[in-house]
Amino acid sequence: MRYLPYILAGISVGGQYALIAIGYTMVYGILRLINFAHGDIFMAAGLIMIYLSGPLTLWLSLPLVLVLTVLLGFVVERVAYKPLRDAPRMSVMISAIGVSYLVQNVALYITGGLAKTYPTIPWVSDTINLFGAITKRVTVITPILTAVLIAGLVLLIKKTKIGMAMRAVSRDFETSRLMGIKINAVISVTFVIGSFLAAVGSALYFANYTAIVPTSGAMPGLKAFVAAVFGGIGSIPGAVIGAFLIGISENVIKSGGSGWTTFSDAFTFVLLIIILVVRPTGLFGEKQTDKV
Amino acid sequence: MAGDGRMNILQINELTMRFGGVTAVDGLSMEINDGEIVALIGPNGAGKTTAFNCVTGVYEPTSGKVSFMGKEISRGTSPDKITRLGIARTFQNIRLFRTMTVLENVLAAKHMRTRHNVLTATLQLSRREEKRVHSEALELLEEQGLLHLKDEISANLPYGLQRHLEIARALATSPRLLLLDEPAAGMNPQETAELADTIRRIRDKYSLTVFIIEHHMDLIMRISDRIYVLDFGKLIASGAPREVQANQRVIDAYLGVANDA
Repeated sequence: MRYLPYILAGISVGGQYALIAIGYTMVYGILRLINFAHGDIFMAAGLIMIYLSGPLTLWLSLPLVLVLTVLLGFVVERVAYKPLRDAPRMSVMISAIGVSYLVQNVALYITGGLAKTYPTIPWVSDTINLFGAITKRVTVITPILTAVLIAGLVLLIKKTKIGMAMRAVSRDFETSRLMGIKINAVISVTFVIGSFLAAVGSALYFANYTAIVPTSGAMPGLKAFVAAVFGGIGSIPGAVIGAFLIGISENVIKSGGSGWTTFSDAFTFVLLIIILVVRPTGLFGEKQTDKV
Repeated sequence: MAGDGRMNILQINELTMRFGGVTAVDGLSMEINDGEIVALIGPNGAGKTTAFNCVTGVYEPTSGKVSFMGKEISRGTSPDKITRLGIARTFQNIRLFRTMTVLENVLAAKHMRTRHNVLTATLQLSRREEKRVHSEALELLEEQGLLHLKDEISANLPYGLQRHLEIARALATSPRLLLLDEPAAGMNPQETAELADTIRRIRDKYSLTVFIIEHHMDLIMRISDRIYVLDFGKLIASGAPREVQANQRVIDAYLGVANDA
């Protein structure tokens, strides 16, 4: 079957977009902030992996990457967003854009602008034959790992106290405060979860794409953002469905031949325009009601 | 210590809140003693809810001071901190967590009284405490007649019951001082009478002090120990229900003064 490799690749990259998109959508759900730095955190996770895998063994550097990325996400929130908690939303958004450029430029400084090669992760990067399609094992691992992580996240949100607090804060920030919920803790947890998933997504993504430059986070970040908007920003299932849809579509378009490949990125953004015109709240987006 | 020997719970001194050119609360001073039910009344737009917002930390007052159990809370104390100190409130325009169930609304407020950190909360390591919190939440719901609706989405409750759920949620934070912002709004006379009983009952059961804003005068006259009257942000009268009822300035404020035209 001619389309199979493209669909497989689409599912795989869709899972990676989903892991990033959840970070966008959760932060938006709680802070009503588009965290423009999220794609760069994703890129930074890749760079951290490259620099750690030199001196350390892979099985030590992988968990360290997760820890350091989570720490980065946490610090960004505390330094760049928390002081602006009572400022107009536009100020926080501009701060996010600033962080995005800061992370990219620090990466530029450290790498000297040269593309860095992502380490080969044994077993994960192995080439396998799947129903006659030649692909890397990461293609199979990604959707499975994504499903497991999302299931865990849903359980966390539905069943635990911190999840309940997250739902309360996303529903009504001010009232949650007046019910004694420590919103700063809830917001930090949200960034920790988002950065953790982005770090996992980064390991899976760069296992396929191998080279990282300081702007490597921009395109996957943007696509994950479109996925979040498509699904209805603030909605986790929406973001996941949007991510898989975008991942599969852009790869199936590539199956049309080299002339079509050029347009695979454009497709995502045409999709964004169509959603914003036809259904601005996205697939599962909630209508905003004014809070008094 | 107040005159009658009861401990002073809430002290408001010369509280002023301006929004641009509008002075919503103008030099308000008042005090509430332990175990009292004190009402704040006044025509619409008199600044009652603004006063509540200053007490709960939603607004930082332009000038003046709010002290709770002897501790100043009007500057630099965040709303969640104030709640943890022991002030809870309900809202004039109901503000439940609308997409969450009745029980979850109460549990979310119970949240802050449990000893846990992110890790134990995530892994649910404290089973015993979890059980205790759960049964306390159910008890609060039963008290407000909401137990049979515990798994209902809160937005689906009838209006009067949503007000009761707000009270249950406020009580879940284990307050010393309960602020009720027009709890009887939209209730019929029978529901209002029941609400009066509820307020007295929870005051006695939880040793609360109650600070209430309300327009239903029969409710206010029935349950209040003392009443403060605001008009255009200024305190125009205070005292026992009978005194306030007879006060000419209060009558003028509510009915308007006849102008000789």
